[in-house]
Amino acid sequence: MLGKELASPTPAALRTVALIGNPNTGKSSLFNALCGMNARVGNYPGVTVEQKVGRLIGSKLTVDVIDLPGTYSLAARSADEAVAVNVLTGTFPNQSKPELAVVILDAANIERNLYLFSQIYELGLPVLVVLNMWDRVEAEGISVEADLLSKRLGVPVVCTSANKRKGIELVREAIERLLLSPPEAIQPSRFARAQFPGAFHREVDELENWLTSEGKPSFRFQVDRLLIDTDGEYQRSLCQSGLHEINDRIAASRNRLAEAGCKVPMFETKTRYAWIRRTIEGAVTRRESKSVSWSDKVDKWLTHRWVGMFAFVLIMFLVFQSITFFAALPMQGIEAMQGWVGAQAESLLPPGALRSLFVDGVVAGVGGVLMFLPQIAILFFFIAVLEDCGYMARAAFVMDKLMSSVGLSGKSFLPLMSSFACAVPGIMATRTIENRKDRMVTLLIAPLMSCSARMPVYILMVSAFVPATTYAAGWVSLQGLVLLGMQSIGAIVAIPVAWILKKFFFPGETATFLMELHSYKWPSPFVIYQRVWERVLAFVTRAGTLIFCTTVLVWAAGYFPGNHDQVDAATSSLEKQQAELASLESQKANAAEAQEASKLEQLDNELEKTRQAIAEETDRVNSLRSSLIENSFLGLTGRFIEPVVKPLGWDWKIGVAVIASFPAREVIISTLGTIYALGSAEDHESEGLQAQMKDAQWPDGRPVFSLATAMSIMIFFALCAQCSATLMTIRRETNSWRWPVFSFVYMTTLAYIGAWIAFNVFS
Amino acid sequence: MRLDELGQGETAEITEVLGNDVLASRLMEMGIIDGEPITMIGKAPMGDPIEFSVQGYRISLRKLEAARVQIARTR
Repeated sequence: MLGKELASPTPAALRTVALIGNPNTGKSSLFNALCGMNARVGNYPGVTVEQKVGRLIGSKLTVDVIDLPGTYSLAARSADEAVAVNVLTGTFPNQSKPELAVVILDAANIERNLYLFSQIYELGLPVLVVLNMWDRVEAEGISVEADLLSKRLGVPVVCTSANKRKGIELVREAIERLLLSPPEAIQPSRFARAQFPGAFHREVDELENWLTSEGKPSFRFQVDRLLIDTDGEYQRSLCQSGLHEINDRIAASRNRLAEAGCKVPMFETKTRYAWIRRTIEGAVTRRESKSVSWSDKVDKWLTHRWVGMFAFVLIMFLVFQSITFFAALPMQGIEAMQGWVGAQAESLLPPGALRSLFVDGVVAGVGGVLMFLPQIAILFFFIAVLEDCGYMARAAFVMDKLMSSVGLSGKSFLPLMSSFACAVPGIMATRTIENRKDRMVTLLIAPLMSCSARMPVYILMVSAFVPATTYAAGWVSLQGLVLLGMQSIGAIVAIPVAWILKKFFFPGETATFLMELHSYKWPSPFVIYQRVWERVLAFVTRAGTLIFCTTVLVWAAGYFPGNHDQVDAATSSLEKQQAELASLESQKANAAEAQEASKLEQLDNELEKTRQAIAEETDRVNSLRSSLIENSFLGLTGRFIEPVVKPLGWDWKIGVAVIASFPAREVIISTLGTIYALGSAEDHESEGLQAQMKDAQWPDGRPVFSLATAMSIMIFFALCAQCSATLMTIRRETNSWRWPVFSFVYMTTLAYIGAWIAFNVFS
Repeated sequence: MRLDELGQGETAEITEVLGNDVLASRLMEMGIIDGEPITMIGKAPMGDPIEFSVQGYRISLRKLEAARVQIARTR
């Protein structure tokens, strides 16, 4: 009785399986089809790789599916690449070792896909092979005998078309079957490894024994990697744990192998591909067709010298036009919604801290997060379509030469391009760059691209302080030229920054750009929906909360510690007068209709009086607000930093406005409005604000604002990192506070220097 | 000759991948190993990288990467 219970664990026990495969094999489609949309997303300790775990749906067992990052090989050269091996060997502390590896292969490209399989096979885990993209096998005239393949490999094989949700049931059943009755361990003699030269086996045995004697028992696979991979991650991690002797041991072993005629690393790939050849012989046959596939025909034009370039520009143009076009309406909607909720709150809550917190903190914070959603959703919709149909890789192919001139690859183009709309989706899009160093550099320069939030600041400054001179018979305006310059300065500065980051912060050999160019196919709606949903959810839950908190914090800094009784009372009476005004106006309309001349006259008088009272009260409220912000923590900080910002031509009020704009750049305009006692409802075309700024004076009577000050503010905003959303997205994407802090420091330094130069050049 | 010297549409046999660094390993893992036929499909609009067909799939290599691969023209 007891023995039987032990043999078959209760269904409630948590089982773990890992899903692994080459990039672009439809792994995430399969994962989502198996687990639904409720994956838990986190990070592996110490790396930037996202950890994704889902619960197998529709199963009588409780099974966690770990979605491992797509990879071509288990040979790890960095901590990020080592994630797959570490998960499969159960090395991560808080994740149990999977009981089964589900290896997904592109059925239309079994040869190369089996390379990764041949490595996973040797880890000793039970394996299930999923031949995905089965629909393509039929379409491309490849014949695959799955049963024969299963027999040769000694593991079960199921065929699916995950993007069409076909065969998912088979995978689920196979997983359950294998978990309930684990298959016998595979004989090591079947491994490709068994064909490695004898000299290699002897070296591995010796090294393995030595590692055990040193208290570092290692998996056979890891010992293999130590000998085969130059600069391997396992070697580095052993070295870091204090086993420095490993380097000499490995070098000596390699020398002996070279003497024995065993060429490292060539023998491994050669042996594995020979093993693959033998395994698939007769089970996979390609019909050699003379006809050119439609994918090749399309590709010929899309990568063509001229047509390809034109097509690229056209596609990018359409994508970014669509983002601006389709995002405009929902963004206006969100803004209107924000205004409406704010107005509702004002009518319900009396003036005071609670109302201010709700309207200026909470509603502004939530709005600030939601504001990004339309752009994120639309950008990722296009990325998903382009990726899934196969064009994304071609776009990288076309742009690679240009981007490689700054040390990046073609894959950096789209994230950087997106950052011209907004750095947040741009930074999130760097996930499409597999190479970590390239991804980090791209992510760190993305905020330099001139995003749409900088525009209002530029427009305010340019229209107020740049002379409206025109050249070339009115075709070229100086204001337009300055705007254009502001738009481009970030991208220009990004070039040397990228170079420096590459050279000093992410050194090492140039990244390889081996990229698979898949045949084109129709994008799958499932895949697109999943990608968009995943990104939107990730932004809201993980960056959104931090963005919200910053907004509330900055609100608090501007609100406290002042005494708000006077301003609250004044606001109350102002609101009463406004209500009175409205009622008087409707009375007047009624009187006009009834043609009561005497009453009309009386009402006009009252209206006039009320209007005057409102104007006086508004001035009082604004000056009270202005003095409150002056004495708030924000104002105190502003005055404290005045000596620092003075060389830039700024007074403390500009300093305060710049600090207050940390949650979002465009906030500077409303803060300038408040601080110059104009009320907070200012926009960049406000003439009142422009006039006030022109009137602002230093204590000695010189005007604060001049062309030089305006240029210095604009340059500062072009280069600074005054955007908490961007910094929080960097934090989320890199899984570390180090990089947002780094971005903030380097960008603020650049911005300060740039602003200082601008002020001195123009004054 | 080297792989980056292969003309459009030409096929050659890979004879060796030079070096034992990461790049060499990555190339070989992707199926670029001696004895395999490889066909040059075309160059990107700016002349680099180059698209090849090997092991029944398409791969893009930069000129510098392709220069690591020694080939012999087949008849």
